[in-house]
Formats: sequence, C-alpha cells, structure tokens
Amino acid sequence: MQTDRQINANRDVAMMARWSVAIILRIATVLLLFTLTSAQKKSSCIECHSKLEDPRLSAPAKLFDNDIHHARGLSCNDCHGGDPNADTKEGAKDPRKGYLGKPKTLDIPAYCGKCHSDANLMKRFNPSLRVDQEREYYTSVHGKLLKSGETRVATCISCHSVHGIRAITDPLASVYPSNVAETCAKCHASADYMRGFGIPSDQFDKYKTSVHAKALYEKQDLSAPTCNDCHGNHGATPPGITSVANVCGQCHARQAELFQTSPHKAAFDQRQFGECIKCHSNHAIAKPNDEMIGTGEKSVCITCHTAGDKGFLAAGAMRARIDELIGSLDKSTQILDRAERAGMEVSRPKFEMKDATDALTHARVLIHSSSTAEVDKVVAPGLTASVKGYQAGMAALAERRFRREGLAVSLVFILFLAGLVYLKLRQIESRQRGGYGDA
Amino acid sequence: MRIEHLTAWLDERLSISTLAAMVQKKEVPLHRHSIWYYFGGMTLFLFAVQVVTGILLLLYYRPSSEGAFESVQFIITEVKFGWLIRSIHSWSANLMIATLFIHMFSVFFLRAYYPPREITWISGVLLLFIVICFGFSGYLLPWNKLAFFATKVGTEIVGVIPIVGRPMLRFLRGGNDVTGATLTRFFGFHVAVLPATATVLIAIHVLLVQLHGMSVPPSLAEQSVKKMKFVPNFLLRDLIGWILAIGVLAALAALFPWELGEKADAFAPAPAGIKPEWYFLFMFQTLKLLPAKIWRFDGEVIGIMAFNFVALLLFIVPFVDRSPQNARRRLAFNLIGIVALLFIVGMTIVGYVT
Repeated sequence: MQTDRQINANRDVAMMARWSVAIILRIATVLLLFTLTSAQKKSSCIECHSKLEDPRLSAPAKLFDNDIHHARGLSCNDCHGGDPNADTKEGAKDPRKGYLGKPKTLDIPAYCGKCHSDANLMKRFNPSLRVDQEREYYTSVHGKLLKSGETRVATCISCHSVHGIRAITDPLASVYPSNVAETCAKCHASADYMRGFGIPSDQFDKYKTSVHAKALYEKQDLSAPTCNDCHGNHGATPPGITSVANVCGQCHARQAELFQTSPHKAAFDQRQFGECIKCHSNHAIAKPNDEMIGTGEKSVCITCHTAGDKGFLAAGAMRARIDELIGSLDKSTQILDRAERAGMEVSRPKFEMKDATDALTHARVLIHSSSTAEVDKVVAPGLTASVKGYQAGMAALAERRFRREGLAVSLVFILFLAGLVYLKLRQIESRQRGGYGDA
Repeated sequence: MRIEHLTAWLDERLSISTLAAMVQKKEVPLHRHSIWYYFGGMTLFLFAVQVVTGILLLLYYRPSSEGAFESVQFIITEVKFGWLIRSIHSWSANLMIATLFIHMFSVFFLRAYYPPREITWISGVLLLFIVICFGFSGYLLPWNKLAFFATKVGTEIVGVIPIVGRPMLRFLRGGNDVTGATLTRFFGFHVAVLPATATVLIAIHVLLVQLHGMSVPPSLAEQSVKKMKFVPNFLLRDLIGWILAIGVLAALAALFPWELGEKADAFAPAPAGIKPEWYFLFMFQTLKLLPAKIWRFDGEVIGIMAFNFVALLLFIVPFVDRSPQNARRRLAFNLIGIVALLFIVGMTIVGYVT
C-alpha cells in the first residue's frame, strides 16, 4: 500500500512529465512554422531594392508595403516575373525564369490586364470585381491614342499609381471619390501638357466652383459626381451632345425624363445644343436658382427666346407661378414662426407645410417640361397647403390673443376674490379685536 | 330642522363637533418669522392643483411611445382649455418644488424639527424625495426629445452607483435603454405609486403638525409669542395666498405656455447643451465640475455617492441637533444650512450661465 505522500509525489512527477512534453512539442511547432513561413515569404527583390540608394529603384520596394496586391499576398514576381528566392541579381532577374522587367507604356494595359482581364483568376481575390477594364480602356480617348502610339496619355498606372496601389475604398487611394478630380487634374490641369492635345486645361478650376464639388469637398458627400461619374473611368470620353442628358440623368433622372418629352429636345438636337449643359454649363455647374428661369436679366431662357415668342411667355408664366408659391410660403412660414415664438404649439401645421415646400421643389423640377400647365398642376395644391399653414398661424395668434384677454378677465376676478377674502378677514379681525382681542 | 337632524346624525357617527372644537382651538404663533408658516400650506395647495390637473390630463393622455407625444399634442391643440390644464400642471409642479425647498429650509433654519417633531421632519424629507421623483417621472411623459435624453442621462447617473446601480437602471428603464417600456413604467410611478405614497406621507405629516402644533423658533420665548386662530384668521390668509397662486399659475400658463418640443427619436443625436430641470441642475453642474478621477475612484461615482450621503444625512438632522442649549452646534448647523443653500443657488446659476 502506498502512503498518501507517495501517491501525491507520483502524481506530481507524471504531471511534470506531461507538461515538459507539451512545452517541447509547442516550441518545435513554432520553429517549424517559422521556418516554413520564412521560406515561402522570401523576396530578394524587396530585400535588395529597399537597400538601394537611388530613390527610383528603392521607392517601389518601400511603396509596396501599402499596395493592395501585397495585402492579397502577391509579390514583385507576380507582375515582373523572375525568381524572388534567388540570392543574386542575375538569378532573380533570370529571363529563363520569366523575368519581364519594367513594362513599356504601350504594354501597361495588357500587363495589368494579364490578371485583371482574367475572370477565373480575379474570382480568387474579389469575385465582384469587373474584368472588362482593359477592353473598356481601349474605347476611351486615352486608350485610342495609346493604341495609335501616343505614349503621353493616361494608362492604368497614371490614375491608380504604381507599386503603392490602394483599393478604391481606401481614402488615400488616388481614385477614391474625393481624390479623383485631383488625379485627373495632374495632366488635365496642366496647360503645357494639354497643349499638344488641343483641349482646355481649366476643367478642374471650373469644377472646384461647381455645386458638385461643394457637395463632395464641403459636405463630404461621396455620392456627388466627380470627373469619372460623367466621363466614365476606364472608358473616359467626353459625352456627346445627344448623350449629355443621359449622363446627367443618371442622378437627375426626373429632369432628364421631362427634358426628353419637352419641346426643347427637338429644338436642341436641331441646333446641336448640348442639352443640360446649354443652361447649366458643364464643369462649373452652379446651384440652380429661380433667377435662371423667366424673362429677367439673369434668366437663361432669354439667351434663345425673345420677347413675345411662345417660349418667352411660357418662361415668364412658369416663373410667376413659382414666385407666387414662394411668396405664399414665406408669408405662411413667417406667421407660423411668429406663433411658435409666442409659445403656441404649431408643430403640426408646420409639418403639413412640407406639402407646400415639396410642391415648390417639384415645380422647380417640372420647369424642365417647359409646360406651364404641368408646373401649375403642382403649384396649385402647394398654394392650398401654404394657405392652410397661414390660416393655422393666424388661428394660433388669435388663440394667443384670446388667452391674454381671458387672462386679463380672470385676473380681475381672481384679484377681486382675493380682495373680498381680505376684506372678510379684516372684518373678522376687527370684530375679534372689538369683542375678544387677539386670542 | 332637517339639516339639524342630518348634522346630528353625522356628528353621532363622525364626531364632527369634536373635530370642529379641535380646529377651533388650533392656534398659529404670530412673530417675525410667521411668513414661513404659509409655505407648507402653499405646497399642499399646489399638490392639490397637481392632483386635479393630473386627473384631467389622464382623460386624454396615452402612455405609449407611439401615442404619448401625439396625445399631449392633441391635449394642447384640440382639447378645449387643454393647453391651460397642461401648462398649469407643468408650472404648478415647478412652483411646488420651489415652495417645498423654501418650506424645508425655513423648517431647518427655524429649528422646527426639535423634539417632538422628528417624525414630522422625516416625513417631510421623504415627501421632498417623492416630489422630486414626481418631477423626474412626469418630465418623460410627453415623450419629447429633451425629456427622452434627460431621462437617459438621469437614469445613467443612477446606473453608476456601485453594486445596485445597474439593476436599478434596468428596473427604472424596463430594460437596458430608454424605450416605450420606460415610459409605461414612469407613467405607473407617476400616477399610481408616487401619489399613493405621497398621500399617506402627507396625511402623516399634516396629522403630526396638528398633533404638535406650529413650532415656535427657539430664539423666541414661547410664552411671549402672540397667537392667531387657525380658523378663520390663518386659513383666510392661506386662502388669499392660494387664490393669488391660481392667478400666478393662470398668468404663467397664458403668457409662457409650457412647450412640447419635438417628438423623441432614439436615433437622433442628443440636443447640444442639454440640461436637466432647474431642481436637478446644481447636482448636474457639480458632477460636470468634478475631475474624472478622484484618487483611485471615478469622479462621477464619488459625486453621486456624496449626494446620496447628504440625502441620508437629512434624515438624521433632528437626531443630531436636538436642543437649542448647544450654541456651538446651533452655529454649526446654521453654517451648514447657509453653505448648502449658497451651494445649491450658486451651482444652479453656474449651470444656467455656462
């Protein structure tokens, strides 16, 4: 029979042995994994290039840390070929091992397209990514010029950068929505660079003044359009005169639809006017205002229409109806605000005034139909809603007057009653003093 | 003859003549501090206003997150004189808290808690907390934005109390967040639990006041103080005050109707610079001014625990300061009272200004 002490001692020895084996096994596993990982991840390209003094040669190795391809496990040899396991320059850049070197500008789309046009390959990295960029690129002005041998045009790396390529969702990416315009401007805002192509270089400056740029940069609204939203990205091309409305109509669908059915459509096509841009311009699109319609000095209608013609009269009539609704809205809003400041509860009529403001917004859109009757269809109910708001405001102010008058009358009664009680008290106390004095 | 018969019949069963004789005998001391006696009665009157207007509001109020705001909106816009009832209810609640504070401090400084009035004081302190709970629970009932966030902040403060804080927070909110469940719960507290408790406490408080009579400040010799009959002299004076209070409430309701604001939206951001009701402001401001850490502890927790401790101290005041003979203790209590008053007023002003 073993004593308790012996049993405990044996148990301790067995436990220590188990612990020792477990620790040795774990250390061995870690070492094995480390060795395997080191063997797989070796990249002599990065090792050598990062140590080079010439920044042109060392930059790619340094930039690659932040590259989306690096994040997805790709390395230099996946694009440039060669052997990253070789320890010598010659071994690493051995053409027999598929070394391609730096591609020529003319070859860049195909170079990137090697993977990006391969649907089966791209599925492994991002199943939803398009694989037609290369094909689309050759439909762009850039692509067509490149095909003709012009190497000063933009290729993949001009916009996406090279070696430091970031995902388009990365705010630091050169093609992130708020960086796109600046990326295009690198070439398109350079008068010297653009001179050879015979196109202006003021688009970026104009764009910066536009309502779209304000939405993008000031309100940080990433859905606001930048260059690629109108011109396309890989297939970047200026929209044709007859397709401008389609471009703008991607967002301003109702306006585009109304324009297509308006008398302006045929007239614009006939005169080769660029649909939307004829009135709103292209890059420097200002926030539309009511001055733009009508027959006033700032109206865009009078650039084509003259006094007395049908369009001139329609423009004047539409503007008059819109002004009428605005005037009514102002009046109603003022009275409701006054009532609210006076402490009256007018949140419901204020909410119902949204029908009138919605009608105004709708009317401003409907002017694209160039039909006074269409505008009138929404202005009329808008005016009704606005008048109801005004009446509610007036009723609230009348109620306030009633309350004040009621208060004045009530206070008279209250003070009178208090006075009566006081007189009664005096009478009682004087009787007490006369009869019994203070208790 | 019939009335006399009825009176005799009632007297036989209810001892009305005994009660009448007792009331007839009741007297109120007349001295330079007598003005403070009126604040207890004024608080009671405003409580009665709350009960009456509260019952009227109940006719239309719907205690749910879907209907509360709309029902209050309906009361103040569609119901005849609904705006008046709702505004009087809100203004009267605030005036009641103000008169209650004045009443409490006057009792404190005039030493009306000396034996044998300890239980009167304790019931009064309990009533103070009940009224504050009335204010806190009633504030949420219109289910507007300000009320929603004030309740959120207020219940969060409860939540930081060690050990019991989180369960208390969940109990008050009816869950982890302020939702319709919180509103229903607060409604239950506001119209059932608190009124029932308050009624019992008021009954005890008033009964004890009748039993012990009005306290004469120890600085005045009781024998030399003149007396005034409670009925009719003091009661008629009270009545004048109550009638004028109705006038003040009517004026406030007509000239400064209590706002409804915007409907509560749990997904909306809290309004900038949100502040609690004025009677919580001194505590809120103090918590804001406390450093994040006091020694090893959370500053906010220390502040809340300190307020809880002071609230508990209020109960033991009549057991610590028992006699006018101890001049040093009397001075110390006067100083404590003045400092507390200055602190409350000062912090409230700072809270409003900043």
